[in-house]
Amino acid sequence: MSDDTEMRELPLGDWHRAKGARMVSFAGYAMPIQYKGIMAEHLWTRENAGLFDVSHMGQLILSGDKPAEALEALVPGDISALKEGRMRYSLLLGADGGVLDDLMVAATPTGLYVVVNGAVKHQDIAYLRANLPGSININHLEDRALLALQGPKAVEAITRIVPGVDQLYFMEADLFLWGEVPLWISRSGYTGEDGVEISIAADLVEALADALCAQPEVKPIGLGARDSLRLEAGLPLYGHDMDPTTDPVESNASFAVSKSRRVEGGFNGADRILKALAGGPARKLVGLSVEGKMPVREGAPIFAGEVQVGVVTSGGFAPSVGAPIAMGYVAAGHNSIGTALEAEVRGKRVPLAVAAMPFIPHRYHRRGASK
Amino acid sequence: MTRYFTDEHEWIEVEGNTATVGITDYAQGQLGDIVFAEVPAVGATLSKGGDAAVVESVKAASDVYAPVSGTVTEGNDALADDPALVNSDPEGAGWFFKLELSDPSELDGLMNADAYKAFVDSL
Repeated sequence: MSDDTEMRELPLGDWHRAKGARMVSFAGYAMPIQYKGIMAEHLWTRENAGLFDVSHMGQLILSGDKPAEALEALVPGDISALKEGRMRYSLLLGADGGVLDDLMVAATPTGLYVVVNGAVKHQDIAYLRANLPGSININHLEDRALLALQGPKAVEAITRIVPGVDQLYFMEADLFLWGEVPLWISRSGYTGEDGVEISIAADLVEALADALCAQPEVKPIGLGARDSLRLEAGLPLYGHDMDPTTDPVESNASFAVSKSRRVEGGFNGADRILKALAGGPARKLVGLSVEGKMPVREGAPIFAGEVQVGVVTSGGFAPSVGAPIAMGYVAAGHNSIGTALEAEVRGKRVPLAVAAMPFIPHRYHRRGASK
Repeated sequence: MTRYFTDEHEWIEVEGNTATVGITDYAQGQLGDIVFAEVPAVGATLSKGGDAAVVESVKAASDVYAPVSGTVTEGNDALADDPALVNSDPEGAGWFFKLELSDPSELDGLMNADAYKAFVDSL
């Protein structure tokens, strides 16, 4: 994404270096791409628990006069129906219904807690400020760090040091105490695995990272594995798989357009989005399985015979699948599951098939699910 | 036999008029887990500094350049099934291709092992 020459430091920068991380520039910050190796870190997270530093992301509190109702003008989710302690994935929409960012919103006693992508957080905040009424306060929590602990043993590991976390279900959040330190924890993440995301005061995050890594299930995991994990989970990466030129329906995020909002409309781009929902989008983000071993990466054109019908937006080797996989936009008529297509890589055609996502089943701890 | 190195982190071992080419241990460490390698076809003509092969890690694809000009006489077929050989034995079983040199004088500008080590240490 961003390759700014000037890299800003996150609270855990030196902690990552001491753990042997290779640092790269991401979203303008120096961040760990890997420690031991992407493959090992990826597989460790699927089996155990991986600790990810996602402090580059923007944490906001929207408060004041009915922030949920106000935010609904800019997102297609039913935010005002969110109960306290519940969280929802949503999309920040431009006036034309294009996706300006994807985000998480949770209802808290002090307002809406919103987490946005690091690379676009400053423009998000400016957009929110310009488009929300003056009676809404936007507080950017720049003094807080954010960790994600992901994997089938993540909740067991954190519950050992923060009692009660195991009581949360997927997409629920609450305030917990680690000793005397308050933590805002949600049962959520972006790997397809069970796990939590933890917001903590920046000056205390190093001690928490140490305490988590002292658990036998937990190892620090870099951005490289974060990317391969989310790709296998079929989760879009903002700026690659969705951007201001794509709408939520094309972006395979129709689920984020809540039922009530489909009836009532009243959000940016509602005409375009509701029309696409009814008639089907002209193109759609789909999963792609790749024949052979050669990875097909972002930017590769997709063909049906001689006609280009799409483009790859994310792709790489999938460690848990054991083969290359990809995501891309494919035109209507060519994007149903199983359709045979080809990508072009270095002048060669590579056979693809439109595949169901996720590539690796989600293992969320859902309320009401029978486990 | 003499082994030379390039500032693009290829090694080339020369015996008479033929040579074996691969990437260095430093290069494989920088790339991380190798998941795919594409070697040039037998008979392909390579020119010094031009694209010769491709190596892909989980994260990205990288070019391997021809250290000198020549004609490819053999590609390492083992890499198709086991690209991780480039990680485990980069300067041995993980070689990429062999070529017949077309201009041995091109070797003059390459580094020897000591010079390459000093180069890597300076990075």
